[in-house]
Amino acid sequence: MPESSSVAAAPVARLIDEFHKLPGIGPKSAQRLAYYVLRASSDEARALAEAILDVKERITFCSSCQNITDVDPCSICSSTTRDTSQICVVEEPLDILALERTRVFKGRYHVLHGVLSPLNGINAEDLKIRELIGRLGDGSVIEVIMAINPNAEGDVTTMYLERLIAPLGVKVSRLARGLPVGADLEFADEVTLTRALENRQPVG
Amino acid sequence: MRPQRIYTTEAIVLRVRRMGEADSVLTLLSADRGKFDAVARGVRKPTSRKAGHLEPLTHSTLLLAHGANLDIITQAHTLHAFLPMREDLRRLGGGLYAAELVDRFTVEREESFPIFRLLVETLGRLGEGEHVDLTLRYFEARLLQEAGFRPQLYQCVTCGEALQPVTNYFSVAGGGAVCPSCRPAGSGLPPVSVTLLKVLRLMLRAGYADVARLRLDESLMSELESLLRLAVHRQLEREPRSLQFLRELRRPYLAAAIPPDAAPVP
Repeated sequence: MPESSSVAAAPVARLIDEFHKLPGIGPKSAQRLAYYVLRASSDEARALAEAILDVKERITFCSSCQNITDVDPCSICSSTTRDTSQICVVEEPLDILALERTRVFKGRYHVLHGVLSPLNGINAEDLKIRELIGRLGDGSVIEVIMAINPNAEGDVTTMYLERLIAPLGVKVSRLARGLPVGADLEFADEVTLTRALENRQPVG
Repeated sequence: MRPQRIYTTEAIVLRVRRMGEADSVLTLLSADRGKFDAVARGVRKPTSRKAGHLEPLTHSTLLLAHGANLDIITQAHTLHAFLPMREDLRRLGGGLYAAELVDRFTVEREESFPIFRLLVETLGRLGEGEHVDLTLRYFEARLLQEAGFRPQLYQCVTCGEALQPVTNYFSVAGGGAVCPSCRPAGSGLPPVSVTLLKVLRLMLRAGYADVARLRLDESLMSELESLLRLAVHRQLEREPRSLQFLRELRRPYLAAAIPPDAAPVP
C-alpha cells in the first residue's frame, strides 16, 4: 500500500490504492493518476468510471471462439464474408488484434486463454481446448492454424493440439518460424536459423 | 581491487517468468555458480537479440552484469539448443520435467557441477534413441544421488545386515531397502525384486551407456518408475507439477480434452 494513502483524504487514498492494484502501476504512478482524476472535470471522471463498468457488465466471451465480445457470437464469428474452413488458434484476445492488422487472414479464430505450462501446473483442462475440439466436429473446418508464441510453452501447446486434432482428419499447420524484419543474422539463435533455412523461399 | 562488474558463465535455462512489458526473469543453473535468477531485458520483443538463446532448456554461454537485486543478462549465445528434444511432445515434456526436478532439488548459489552435467547429458539423451523413459529414470536416480539422497541398496536400513538375493522391500522414509524380516507387519512398503535391486544398483554405479544396454520389460520399468517417483516425492514433499502433463501424454488418446459428443468414432 502506498505510504501517502494514510495522509491523503480517505476517498483519494482509496482511489490511489485502486490504481496501485493495476499491472505496472507503482505507488508514485498511482498517486499521479489519482491526482489527475481529482483535477479532471466531472464529465471526464464519469466517462472513465462508466467505461470501466461497461467492460465488466457488457463484455462476455464469444460462445464460439472464446474471444471477448459485447455480442454473442462475436462480430468475426457472425460475419458472412469470413472463411469458415479455417480456424486460427491464438493464446490471448490481443493476438487477434495483431493478426487482424495484417488483413491477410480471412478465417475465424479461437482463443485458448493461455498456453500449456507443465512447470506452472497449467494443463489442458485450464484452457479452452474442449471448446476448440467441439468446433471441429461437423466437418466444415479443413485447417487449424496454430498461431501460438514460438517458445517452449507454445511448442508444447502446439504439439499437444496437433496430437489431439490430427486424428479428427483436420489439417494442422503452424506459423512459419524465421527471422523477424529488422533482425540481425549475427545474433540469431540456431533454432531460428535452422527453421529459417528449412523454410526458405524462392526470391521473386 | 573492486569486484568485477561483469562476468561470464555457462548455464541452462530452467524456467522463465514474465516481468513487466517485455522483460523476463530466468532461473538459471550455471556450471560454476549454481542456481540463480537473472533478468533478461526486452526478450519478449520480436527483434530481441537474446530471446532465442534464452529459451527454457537451452544451454548457453552468458555475459552478466551485477545488478542491485538480480544480475542482468547482457549477452547470450547458444551452445546447445537440444533441437531433436524439442521436436517431440514426450521428449520436450520429459525435458521440462527434468528441469523442474533440478530446480526443486538445488539450492540457490550452491555450486553443483555434477547436477549441471547430468542435466546437459539428459537433455541430449532425450533427443536421441528410443529410451525416453529409461533416460528419465536414470536421471531421477542420479539426481537423488547427487543431491545427497542416495538410497541404501546393499544393506537393510533397519538391521544393517547385507541384503539377501530374495525379494526385499523399500522404505522411502528409511532411505533404502528393508529386508523381509525387518519389514513391519502390515506395512505397505513396496517390494523390490532381485532384478529391480540390481538395476537400481547399476544405475547408481555405472554410466548411462551401460544402463542403456539393459533390456527391461514393461513391468520392471513401471516398478522402477513408481519406486523412484516415491523417493522423489518424499524429498520434494509434493508431486512435481510437470508430472501430471507427462501422465496425460501417456494416455492412448487425450481423453481429458475431448468432450464426449466430439470423441472420434472408432
